[in-house]
Amino acid sequence: MGIIVKSLSKTYGSFVALHDINLDIAEGELIALLGPSGSGKTTLLRIIGGMEVSDSGSVLLDNENQANKNMRDRHIGFVFQNYALFRHMTVFENVAFGLQVRSHKLRPSKKEIRSRVIELLKLVQLEGLEKRYPSQLSGGQRQRVALARALAIKPKVLLLDEPFGALDAKVRQELRRWLRKLHHELNITTIFVTHDQEEALEVADRIVVMNRGKIEQAGTAEDIYHKPAGAFVYRFLGQVNHIQGYIRDGSVHVGPLTLKTAVPESVNGQNVDVFVRPHAVGIASECSTPDMIAARVSHMYQAGSRIKVELEAEGIQKTIEAEVTEEYQRQIGLSRNQHVYITFRKAKLFGPDGKPIDYEASYESSSLQAKEEARIPQIS
Amino acid sequence: MENPIPSIRVQPKSGTIIRWLLIGIAFLFLFLFLLLPLFTVFYEALKEGAQAYLASLTEPDALAAIRLTLLTAAIAVPLNLIFGIAASWAIAKFEFRGKHLLLTLIDLPFAVSPVISGLIFVLLFGTEGLFAPLLAKYDVQIIFAVPGIILATVFVTFPFVARELIPLMQSQGTEEEEAARSLGASGWQIFFRVTLPNMKWGLLYGVILCNARAMGEFGAVSVVSGHIRGLTNTMPLHVEILYNEYNFAAAFAVASLLALLAIVTLIAKSIVEWKTVHQEYTRR
Amino acid sequence: MKTIWKQFSVLPSFSLTLGFTIFYLSLFVLLPLSAVFLKTATMDWGALWVTVTDPRVLASYKLSFGASCVAALINMVFGLLIAWVLVRYSFPGKRIIDGLVDLPFALPTAVAGIALTAIYSENGIIGHYLQLFGIKVAFTPFGIIVALTFIGLPFVVRTVQPILEDLDAHVEEAAASLGATGWQTFRRVILPELYPALLTGFALAFARALGEYGSVVFISGNMPMYTEITPLLIMSKLEQFDYAGATALAAVMLLASFVLLLFINLIQWRTGRRYAAKG
Repeated sequence: MGIIVKSLSKTYGSFVALHDINLDIAEGELIALLGPSGSGKTTLLRIIGGMEVSDSGSVLLDNENQANKNMRDRHIGFVFQNYALFRHMTVFENVAFGLQVRSHKLRPSKKEIRSRVIELLKLVQLEGLEKRYPSQLSGGQRQRVALARALAIKPKVLLLDEPFGALDAKVRQELRRWLRKLHHELNITTIFVTHDQEEALEVADRIVVMNRGKIEQAGTAEDIYHKPAGAFVYRFLGQVNHIQGYIRDGSVHVGPLTLKTAVPESVNGQNVDVFVRPHAVGIASECSTPDMIAARVSHMYQAGSRIKVELEAEGIQKTIEAEVTEEYQRQIGLSRNQHVYITFRKAKLFGPDGKPIDYEASYESSSLQAKEEARIPQIS
Repeated sequence: MENPIPSIRVQPKSGTIIRWLLIGIAFLFLFLFLLLPLFTVFYEALKEGAQAYLASLTEPDALAAIRLTLLTAAIAVPLNLIFGIAASWAIAKFEFRGKHLLLTLIDLPFAVSPVISGLIFVLLFGTEGLFAPLLAKYDVQIIFAVPGIILATVFVTFPFVARELIPLMQSQGTEEEEAARSLGASGWQIFFRVTLPNMKWGLLYGVILCNARAMGEFGAVSVVSGHIRGLTNTMPLHVEILYNEYNFAAAFAVASLLALLAIVTLIAKSIVEWKTVHQEYTRR
Repeated sequence: MKTIWKQFSVLPSFSLTLGFTIFYLSLFVLLPLSAVFLKTATMDWGALWVTVTDPRVLASYKLSFGASCVAALINMVFGLLIAWVLVRYSFPGKRIIDGLVDLPFALPTAVAGIALTAIYSENGIIGHYLQLFGIKVAFTPFGIIVALTFIGLPFVVRTVQPILEDLDAHVEEAAASLGATGWQTFRRVILPELYPALLTGFALAFARALGEYGSVVFISGNMPMYTEITPLLIMSKLEQFDYAGATALAAVMLLASFVLLLFINLIQWRTGRRYAAKG
C-alpha cells in the first residue's frame, strides 16, 4: 500500500513538531526517517499510524484519506520503541491479541489463531517460547515478539519507532540484517524511525532526513551521502570537520590555505562553511605540495582497524580530526606531538545560499595515503 | 525520549460522553461521601450562632480537652519522628536479612483495630494487668490517666513517619551518602547535609499525617481514658460526651476544630506533595 | 559456615539505628500486642470457645465482616472510577478533588461519625428524603456500610492511582493499533495490570473497616444482634470489666487482621516477582 503525506503540520504549544511535510512512499518500499531528537520523525510516524492527529494536511493510504479513520481501522502494524508488550500475557497471547479482539464475524477460529501465531513465531524465530512472559525474554526476543504481534493483523503498512534503539550493538547488527530479509520476504510497505545514520544507510531503500520538523532531503543512501542537499544532511551523515572559511578572489580561504574552486564572483567576501570528512584529511611527514599546512598531532587512538588522529593546524582554531590506516601510520611513523603537514583532499562547501560546492585537491602527492576505497562507511 | 512533548492520548469523539459521565459519577460520589459530611460539621456547629459556638469552645472542659490533645500530640509525634528516621535509615540505606519482616512489623499497628490498640494497654497496665502489682507498689496510674492516652496514641500513630520515609529514601538510593562518605563527612554531617535535605518534604508529610491521627484518634484513646471530664478527655472524646448528652451544637463545635485540623492537614499535604514533585523535577 | 546477613556498606550507624528501631518497635508494639496472646493463653479454652461463639458475638462477626466486605467492594468500584477520572481526565477543580480524597485519613473518625449520623438520620439532609421512600440508613446496617465506605475510600484510589499513572501509554496504543476497541483495551490490557493494586486496595479497605470503631458507633445505634459490630462488643465487655471476654474477641479480630496482612504481602510479593525482571 502506498502512502502519500500532504502538507502535514503539527505544533505542540509553541513548539513546531512538523512543518509542511510532503512525502510519497511507494508500495513495498522500506523507508527510514532519520534525524536527531526533536526533529519530528517520531511525530510523523505517529500521525501516519493514527496515534496523533495533525493540525493540518492529510495522510493518504492507497489514495484514501485517513483523517476520519480510527487507529484501529487503519490496519497498520506498529512496533513501539520499548515494544509495549502486554506484560501480563504470554508471548502467544501477545501475538494472538490482534486476532482475538476482532468482532465475532471476523474472528478466526481458535485453531486458526493458533496456527497463525505458531507460523508467525516461526517467522520471527521464536518457536517454543510461546508460553514465556515478556519479562522472561531478552531485548532482542521482545523486539521480535513485538514485530510478530504487529504482523498478526496482516498489516498493509508496518511502522517501527526506533526499532533497535534499546538493544546492544551486537544484537542490533543481527536484527538489522534480519529486518531487511524479512522485508524482502513479506514486501510490506515499511517505515522506521532512527537517529542512527549507519542504521538508515544500511537497512533502508530510501532515507528521509529530517531536522526541526522539516524534511531536509529524501533519497537513496547513495544520493544522500554523495549529493547532500544541505550542510545539515552532510554533517548528520557521519563525522565531519566543520571549518569556517571565506571567499576572496574566486577561491575559498581556510586559515592559511587556499582551496581553488569555481566560486561565483558575486559572493566575494562572504563566509562559507567548509566540511572535510576525517578520511579526506591527508597527512604527510613533509611539505610536498603548496596546499599543505603545518600541524601537530595532539592525540591519537585506535578506532577499530583504523587510527584516529587529532591535529592542531596552524591558522585554524579548531581541532582537526583525521583518520588513517594502521599501515600508513606505521609507514610514516606517526606519533603524538609529531609535526606533520596536512591537506584537504576533498571537501564540501556550503556557501551563503546553502548550495553545495564540491572541492577536490588539484595536487596529487605520492606521499599521501592511498585514496579512500569507499565513500560510504563500511556496510557489512 | 525521542519526543520532547508528552504524547497526547487520542480521544475518540464517542469517548466524550463516557468521560463526562464518569467525571459526573466521581463528583457525585465524592460530594456525598466527603464534602457533605465536612459541610455538615460546620453547618451544625454554627447553627445556633457564633456566640454559642465560641461559648462551647471556651468552656473549661473543652479547653482542658484541647490542652490534653495538644500535649498528647506534642509527645507522640516527636517520639515517632525519631523512630521513623532511625528505622528508615536502617531499612532504606542498608541491605540485610529480615528486612521484609521488619517492614511488616512496623505496619502492624495499621492492621490492628483501634479498640484492640487500647485494650492491649489495659491488659498490661490495668487493674488486672501484667504490670498491675508493680504499678500499685509505686502508686503509678497509667490506665484511665494521661500516660495511657499517650501510650495508646504512640501505638496507633507508630508507622506514619517511617511509612513515608522508607519508600522515599529507598528511591533515592545511597550514592549521595556514599559520595559524602568518600569526601570525608561524618555520620551526622552525612545525615544533616545530604540525607535530610533530600527527604525533608517526605518527613514533613509523615509528621503532618502522624499529627492528624494523634489528635484525632478516638477508639484506642476511648478505651484507656476512662472519660474523666476535664482530666482525661481529649477532643474526640469530648465530642462523644457532648453528643451523647444531646448537646449537638457543642459537640459539632468541638468537632469543627478537628475538621479544621483535617483541612489544614490536607492543604499542607498538597503543598508538600507539590514540593516533592517539584524537587524531583529540578533534581533531574 | 558464617552466613552473611548484612551486605557491606560504607555508611555509618547501621547497628545504632537498627538497634533503636527494634528496641522501640518491641517496646511500643510487639510487647503490648503479645499481651493479648499471653492473656488468651492463660484462659480456659472451653470458656474461650463459648465466648467467641456466643450467638450475639457470631451476629457481630457476620455484621462486621459483611458490612466491611460490602463497603470495600463499593470502594473498589468507585475507587477505580475516581482514580481513573483523576489520572485520565482534566477538568476544573481536579487538584482540589485529588487532595480531598484523603479526607477520611485526616478527619477524626468521631467527627465523621457524628457528621454522617446527622446527614442520614430521619431529619438529616439526605435521611429525610430517603425516609420518603421508606429507606432507613442511620441506626441500620446500611448506616454502618456508609460509615465504612467513608473511612475506606482513599485506599483503593491511592493504590490504583500510581499504577494507572505509570501505565505505558504505548501499550494502549499497541492494543488500538491491533484493532481492539476502547472497552477491549480496558478490559484485556489495562484492567489486568490493575488487578494486584485493586486487590491490595480492597484488602486494605476491608482490614481498616473490620477494626473501625469511631465512625460506626454513632451511626449504628449499637443494637445487639442487629447493628452491633465486633469492636463495639469488645468495648462493651471492657466497660463491664470482662477482660477475658474482650481479649478473646480481640484475639479473633487480630487473627483475621494478620491473615489479611499476610494476604496483602502475598499479592505484593507476587506482583513484584512477576514484573521484576527488567519490566
